[in-house]
Amino acid sequence: MTAIDAKPEESHDHGDHDDHGHHDNPFQAHHFDTPKQQYESVKLGMWLFLGTEILFFGALFALYTILRANDPEVFSYASQYLNTMMGGVNTAVLILSSLSMAAAVHFAQRSKQTLMLICLWLTLLGAVGFLVIKYFEYEHKFHVNLKWGPSFYMPVDEAEAKAVGADGQVLTIADENAIASADESRILDAGAAESLPELAFPKLAAMPPVDAVAQQQSAVGPGGLSGVRPEEKIKAEKAAAGHIEHSDEPHLEDRKLPVNTHRFFAIYYAMTGLHGIHVVVGMVMIGWLIMRGMKGHFNSKYYAPVDLGGLYWHIVDLVWIFLFPLFYLIH
Amino acid sequence: MSSNAQEQHGDDHPIVGHLVPMSILVWTTVALLFLTVVTVAVRYVDVGEFNIVIAIGIAVLKATLVALFFMHLKWDRPFNQIVFVACMAFVILLIVLTVLDTSQNKATLFDGNPSLVQETLDAKAPLAPISQETGISSPNS
Repeated sequence: MTAIDAKPEESHDHGDHDDHGHHDNPFQAHHFDTPKQQYESVKLGMWLFLGTEILFFGALFALYTILRANDPEVFSYASQYLNTMMGGVNTAVLILSSLSMAAAVHFAQRSKQTLMLICLWLTLLGAVGFLVIKYFEYEHKFHVNLKWGPSFYMPVDEAEAKAVGADGQVLTIADENAIASADESRILDAGAAESLPELAFPKLAAMPPVDAVAQQQSAVGPGGLSGVRPEEKIKAEKAAAGHIEHSDEPHLEDRKLPVNTHRFFAIYYAMTGLHGIHVVVGMVMIGWLIMRGMKGHFNSKYYAPVDLGGLYWHIVDLVWIFLFPLFYLIH
Repeated sequence: MSSNAQEQHGDDHPIVGHLVPMSILVWTTVALLFLTVVTVAVRYVDVGEFNIVIAIGIAVLKATLVALFFMHLKWDRPFNQIVFVACMAFVILLIVLTVLDTSQNKATLFDGNPSLVQETLDAKAPLAPISQETGISSPNS
């Protein structure tokens, strides 16, 4: 302590705890010697965080790569269900909000507080606009049942269940007993089940890959796909059953529907959903910046929060720059 | 320190960091919007395998513009640049290794559909798309 107190500058700064300020800056913390040191430290911390964000999204991009490499036809088929116009407009909205965010940093650096606040409000407006457009995209897809996993096939499963009635059995490959005890009208070759033990790897044969199960269900379950029921009959049954939820779009009755199409929508919702959460977090952050900005906290001597918030917002923009072509623009 | 800087620059210049002129920000935005239009237009041109290459290339170009000018990386300290570039490099490494590995995958352990699947499909859904295929999917063919 004496060594520190001996230095005239330091004793002034550390002597009074009510006055947090070094020099004339009320927002410089005790443990930083200069505004430059504080600025560079917080900026390095922000960049390290952004690095984890890049790796975080990078893992999902790797998953996307695996799924697309395994089912390229699924991605080129399912991409047509995404609205390129809405995606393109959203890209422009994010780019423009990035401009207003960068401009807000610019004006904060020049102590133009009113202009900075206007730019922050514009950025917030861009974020709201992005989410509104995204909401309409999601809402439409949910309405026409373009979802992930089993729910992608749900409406036809429901229609099938209603059409088949209480005694109807929906065949699944997972349930061997169901196949074995299937009634005669299914014309299953009796040798099919018996031929199983002859296979070299009975364990593998007894447990078909999960893919096969999904394809089996998707191919057999949906009435429009199976060919067992004529489409007219299905339609008549639908009309008789009255309103059936979410079955007014043709994706499940499309004979060109590739197997595993639900995978595209799983990764689509995972990646755009995570991105959307980042947009929401960004909105909270911008709102906080606006509140502090209205108190006049930011000027050319202290603008680090605006700068770091801007970096975060640009990363959100940067992720979308990759998401847009990878999902909306597949030829 | 700070008071000296203030005397030098006045109140309209930051004492730390780099002030990016508005003209650069606006031109960056124009370039980004232009590249967005280009990447949408390219989607409707069929150049086979190169569609994905062009799309990724334009996205990388746009990301570079955002990082250099919007995120001030062009004028930032080298260590921050290293953090960004290193993370990007490791993501690229992850994806390249993933592609190398996935390209060696066989679509299925079975030759064609598993026998139970095929039998059931023939009986239940002779017109189903899967029944016409010999394999579940064939990414390497």
